[in-house]
Amino acid sequence: MTVAKLALRNFLGAGAKAWLRVFVLSLAFVVIIGLQGLYTGIGQQMADASSAIEIGGGQYWHPKYDPQNMMELVDAHGPIPSELKSVIESGRATPILIVQGYMYSGGSFRPVLLKGIDPTQRVLSLPADVLVDSPGTSPALIGTRMAKDAGLKEDDLATVRWRDAVGTFDAEEIRIARVMSTSVQTVDSGQVWLPLDRLQRMARMNGEATLVVVANGTAITGSASAGAGWTFKDLDFLLADVHAMIQTKELSATIVYAILLFLGMITILDTQILSIFYRKKEIGTLMALGLTRGAVIRMFTLEGAFNAVLAAVIGAAYAIPLLGLLVTMGIPMPSGTEQMGFSLGDRVYPRYSAALVFGTTALVFVVTTIVSYLPTRKIAKLQPTEALRGRLG
Amino acid sequence: MNGSTALLKTKDLVKTYSIGGTRLIALNKVNLTFERGEFAGLIGPSGSGKTTLLNILGTLDRPTEGSAEVLGHRVETLSHKEAAELRSRHIGFIFQTHNLLPVYTVYENVEFPLLVLGTPAAERHKKVMDALQWVRLADRASSRPAQLSGGQSQRVAIARAIVKRPEIVLADEPTANLDAENSRHVLDTMAELSRDLHTTFIFATHDEKVIRYLRRKIVLSDGVVIEDRVVHSSPVKEAVV
Repeated sequence: MTVAKLALRNFLGAGAKAWLRVFVLSLAFVVIIGLQGLYTGIGQQMADASSAIEIGGGQYWHPKYDPQNMMELVDAHGPIPSELKSVIESGRATPILIVQGYMYSGGSFRPVLLKGIDPTQRVLSLPADVLVDSPGTSPALIGTRMAKDAGLKEDDLATVRWRDAVGTFDAEEIRIARVMSTSVQTVDSGQVWLPLDRLQRMARMNGEATLVVVANGTAITGSASAGAGWTFKDLDFLLADVHAMIQTKELSATIVYAILLFLGMITILDTQILSIFYRKKEIGTLMALGLTRGAVIRMFTLEGAFNAVLAAVIGAAYAIPLLGLLVTMGIPMPSGTEQMGFSLGDRVYPRYSAALVFGTTALVFVVTTIVSYLPTRKIAKLQPTEALRGRLG
Repeated sequence: MNGSTALLKTKDLVKTYSIGGTRLIALNKVNLTFERGEFAGLIGPSGSGKTTLLNILGTLDRPTEGSAEVLGHRVETLSHKEAAELRSRHIGFIFQTHNLLPVYTVYENVEFPLLVLGTPAAERHKKVMDALQWVRLADRASSRPAQLSGGQSQRVAIARAIVKRPEIVLADEPTANLDAENSRHVLDTMAELSRDLHTTFIFATHDEKVIRYLRRKIVLSDGVVIEDRVVHSSPVKEAVV
């Protein structure tokens, strides 16, 4: 306790230089927590958006369905297993049929995935209600990216072409009922959403689907499979790409904060080394006054460690309001972020968990203490008489 | 000096240093005894061994041969921790350059030895203020060392040395950086403390101003004691009488 009091006195007595060091370290604290929280928020936002609009609480896949293998997609459809029909009827799941096709618009054909969805479903937050079918031209729902690529807007007409279940090519005109704005690229680019019944008829796949999306929060019990080889894919599986992308971003953030932490530690290490060099007479005096070498080492180490403690306090003073504001207001995202691999909408909302804040604080504290301790080992070899003469042994 | 109240004793004390392969004898067969309340000085030119002897008596250094005993403890057998404990409780130091801790106030500098001892706060405050009263610096308690004159700094160093009421105060050239006026103030202060608290003061000095105050003069030359005599009239003696 005495040593801690003395160390604090020394630290506070060092004046502006000490506070400058503390401020630099507090910046490292805040940037580390800020960046990590940002990427946590991005990951969560992407996962939430994907869950809400595309994957729900998980999906049952037809045995031939593999989004990575489009060659198999032509066969990836089949009758909905009876086990899933009751869930669908209760509104806790919705089937989706996926058919490969082409869309002609603006003078060119482009490959698209035609996706049939029930206009009355409430499982996904996709605005499928605009797809309420009517005789004549089929309504279609596309995303803003798709609309931009194809040069389409609402009420425009386009022609889609596909091969039905028996391999016959067919074509039909569709009307763009809605251009939706979504942060989830995989329900937008190259996707054309049609009424499920209509697509089933067009493709001669009546009563069939490629996958069944389960509502978020619906408990899947028993074996995670349905009849006819349909298997359940949980959120961990379906969000693997999102998690992998966030891990890549976190790696770059880790490099940034490792550099920041390194710079902060260099200043502390430098200060400690200089302190021991310039304060050796003081060390000798402390020993003469009855402090043991161990106590002097503890005192110098604590002096260094106070940098981290005070940096955490000062960092908290300005970071809590600042980061709190970012959590509430979000961070505006410039257009074009999709090219960086992100698709987040207009704003991202960072998330700061207690584990992140306390984990980072503990990490910085431990590293600071170690860096503060290393130079003090020289004191262990110091003779009081040599120190009093201002010499290092 | 064979009294039953011996605080410090050396027997055939030898201290040598090895410098560049050459063996340098700093102290050679020194036999001395110091009793409670002495106001003694180790006198001699630079390199005569007085600071080395003071360091050994203060448990900051160890003999190469022979023995040194401080309050019944053999210095050569003390661990670093035991030596630090002995210094913290029983020995006060006054240095030539006063060695005040620059970031502490006068009060905090004087308080330091009591913090090391773990003295309770209320008792600590009283002792610090008493010590500052003795050296007539109570009004400068909140000043920093940089704001004090040389004489005032040395008086703070004296207060720091005596605040814990040690049996022994070791002073290495305490007036070397002071003018005549300040030297007199500092020496008067120490003489009063020796008289009032029965503290043993041992000086290492070649300053005539100090030598005039001593009640016992031990002259060292090339590490050997060449004279050890008690002076029957000195300001301290007169004050005691």
